Amino acid sequence: MPLWLFTFLAVIAIVGAFGVILQRSPVHCLLALALTLVDVGVLFVGLGAVTLGFLQIIIYVGAIMVLFLFVIWLLNLQSEAKPNGHLALKFFGSIGAAALAAELSVFFFSAQPISRVTSTPSGYGSVEDLARMLFSDYLVAFEVTSILLLAALAGAIALARRVPGAALLRAPAEIQRAARPGSTVR
Amino acid sequence: MTQSFPALGLIVLFPALGLLFNLFWGQRAGRPAVSFVAPAMIFLSFAVALWGLARLLALPAGSALGFTLWRWIEAGPFHADIALRFDALSAVMTLVVTGVGAVIHVYSVGYMADDEDYARYFTYMNLFELAMLVLVLADNLLLMFIGWEGVGLCSYLLIAFWYGNPQFAYSGRKAFIVNRIGDAGFILGILVIVGALAANGVWTLTFAGMHAHAVLLRPVAVSAGLLLFLGATGKSAQIPLYVWLPDAMVGPTPVSALIHAATMVTAGVYMIARLNFLFTLGPEAMRVVAIIGALTSFFAATVAIVQSDIKRVLAYSTISQIGYMMLGVGVGAFAAGIFHLMTHAFFKGLLFLCAGSVIHALGGEQDMNRMGGLRHKLPTTWVTMLVATLAISGVPPFAGFFSKDLILESAYTSGHIWLWLLGVITAGLTAFYMFRLLFMTFHGQSRVAPDTAHHVHESPPVMTIPLIVLAVLSAVGGLVGLPNGVLWGDAFKRFLAPVVEGTAARALTHPETIGAVGAILSAIAIAAALIGITLAWVLYLRNPDLPETLAERMRGLYRIVARKYYVDEIYDLIITRPLFWGSTYVLQRGVDSLVIDGIVDGTGFTVEESGEGLRKLETGNVQHYAFVYLLGVLMIAAYYIYLVMR
Amino acid sequence: MTTPIGYFMALSAVLFAIGVAGMLIRRNVIVMFMSIELMLNAVNLAFVALGRRVGSMDGQVIVFFVMTVAAAEAAVGLAIIISLFRSRETLNADELNLLRW
Repeated sequence: MPLWLFTFLAVIAIVGAFGVILQRSPVHCLLALALTLVDVGVLFVGLGAVTLGFLQIIIYVGAIMVLFLFVIWLLNLQSEAKPNGHLALKFFGSIGAAALAAELSVFFFSAQPISRVTSTPSGYGSVEDLARMLFSDYLVAFEVTSILLLAALAGAIALARRVPGAALLRAPAEIQRAARPGSTVR
Repeated sequence: MTQSFPALGLIVLFPALGLLFNLFWGQRAGRPAVSFVAPAMIFLSFAVALWGLARLLALPAGSALGFTLWRWIEAGPFHADIALRFDALSAVMTLVVTGVGAVIHVYSVGYMADDEDYARYFTYMNLFELAMLVLVLADNLLLMFIGWEGVGLCSYLLIAFWYGNPQFAYSGRKAFIVNRIGDAGFILGILVIVGALAANGVWTLTFAGMHAHAVLLRPVAVSAGLLLFLGATGKSAQIPLYVWLPDAMVGPTPVSALIHAATMVTAGVYMIARLNFLFTLGPEAMRVVAIIGALTSFFAATVAIVQSDIKRVLAYSTISQIGYMMLGVGVGAFAAGIFHLMTHAFFKGLLFLCAGSVIHALGGEQDMNRMGGLRHKLPTTWVTMLVATLAISGVPPFAGFFSKDLILESAYTSGHIWLWLLGVITAGLTAFYMFRLLFMTFHGQSRVAPDTAHHVHESPPVMTIPLIVLAVLSAVGGLVGLPNGVLWGDAFKRFLAPVVEGTAARALTHPETIGAVGAILSAIAIAAALIGITLAWVLYLRNPDLPETLAERMRGLYRIVARKYYVDEIYDLIITRPLFWGSTYVLQRGVDSLVIDGIVDGTGFTVEESGEGLRKLETGNVQHYAFVYLLGVLMIAAYYIYLVMR
Repeated sequence: MTTPIGYFMALSAVLFAIGVAGMLIRRNVIVMFMSIELMLNAVNLAFVALGRRVGSMDGQVIVFFVMTVAAAEAAVGLAIIISLFRSRETLNADELNLLRW
């Protein structure tokens, strides 16, 4: 992929990421995250993983981010108040993250000389190739993952379920108003 | 040479069986059963011992019968067995222990008839016989020490038999602890011996083995001898560890007769005689033994003359007589010491049993000032006691004369003139206080309290027959050791000679006394005894008020002697109190409370506090946890960078 | 003018670090969760890039699985957050501190 394209996409990604962690309102953070993820999807396509890129946009952005959005709405989250304490944590946390980035970069740049992107076999990144790998070398993982999804499905339902007959039908405002110290889900 | 004789095991087995029976079934089986089993077992042991003696006499002189029960210790080159040895010396001791023991057991049946803890008494008595027999029959020093400790234990158990009385319990403890101090010396002595032998590659503690390598013991003979003698002073109640014996009189009288007159207290003498090859290599140690023996003898006799408790007089008399035995073995006359040991068992045992008879008749009275005139009410007791008193005073032809005479003669001829003189004076004192005892108890006006005077009666046959048996022995028992040239002469000494007179011992022997000198010495001794008797007669029969007047005149001296020279008080001041002080203030408050509790509590405290501190790490804030996680990742990444950089 | 793979890796590292920072800085639990998703995607990017470098499909397959697991994890995590909110009425990390000593 041409360098200028990469740079452009990289900048968008970084800006979006900073938006995620710096915005006050959760919904704004979410939108920034969606931007970043779409960007990453494009980067996938640029790297030759076409299927994966589209899958990223469809699944990640289209499903998972929407899920996040639903939860934010369900819980009627408001923006955070003004930045509160924990300055020490924020300070050191930022430094730690920066140090991490630096260390990783050192890795990547000081290891073997990384050459240009090499040529790839035809059909690289196509649905066909991906499927072939999934159903031959990684068959067990594939099957296990399906069970994992089933477990996650059941778990999510069980966790988020309410005692029957309770205020599932209540308006969100009422949920917030009602003080329910003892209401456990199960 | 040593012949194997398995029946030796029976000698030890019978008391053990008696012990087990009385221990587990004594209460249930009832008095008649216990009364039969306990003495019977000892009689059986006595019978086997006689059989052994017959066997032994058929063998050449210097032989022994042996029997190994099992191998006890095996540690590299060293081993010790549970093995018995029956030679001339142990034959004499075994016969005394079982013979006199059996008689006293029978007597006890009568004496303890009214006691509640009947079975327990005989359990302990049988246990004692077992331990004592192990002591005298042991063929190695370690097994002998086990018997040594065992009799110490039984002594404690029996002294404090009526433990409900705190004073009695105290006496038992005192006996055990003072004994223990001696035992420490004994153990150190054993270690010194082992050290000397092991340094030359000899790893045995059997008497035969040690005798064979006796020359290796020469460098340590004095130290080992003195240490072992310290143990003997504890067990045999000599200076400085005799203080327990007078207090031990709180136990039942048959116990005093058996343990504290006839057998246990003589264990020290036996030990020295058994180890004669060691002691003769260290003349300095032997001199100490002789001097202490003579001093103890004199000293105890002086205390005895002013005691009013009948058993206390006999206790100090025992201490005094054992002093004689120590004097005997100290000058090298081992056979003489053992001879006196045997005769003493007869007459002192008898004296205690007679005293018990009197006490029993008077319903528990032991103060001679409240006795008197009992001669006609207790005829058998009186006659037998008279025989015993004559024996102990050294009046021929009773037993004590021959043995005491032999010791004094050996002292003289080995050059210890001063010790001989001391012994003669003590003989006079002995006669004095013994006849004082006799006169105060049986003769003169009756000072018995009126209400007890009513039921004063002679003891039952079960008690008087043992008295008669012992009286006969006290009368004729000395005839086995007549002076040279008279009838069969020195049979006893010849019998023991191969055991107690090795080459080294022979170097110490004194020339056999020539007729005239021996006769003069004997005459002096007899004269001393007669003077003592006369004095007693004067003071206690002719002029009964004289003793009081004399006591008044010499009030200070009298008080010191009556208070046993304040030895107990001195010991208490010098030893007991500092020990208690040290234990309380230094050890208990200092070491225990501060150091040990400090460590234990401190450990707990440290753990607690550090736990308190560490729990602050759990803030409950997930981000804190994540941060620490990040730090970890950073460190690992740094490590990899470091690897890559190299 | 093709870009060296290293640049992709660097971008991945930066995105990851930003995700870590967000995780540590924000109070709101949902936003923390979003930072986690950001981290996951950064890693996905790295995988794809390396797979391209080597020329095999393995990188993509791994990403496939990572995506799946991330979806499952998101579902369950959000369900937990919902029930948390129901019982505690707050999503401020400061007040979700039952594990405190």
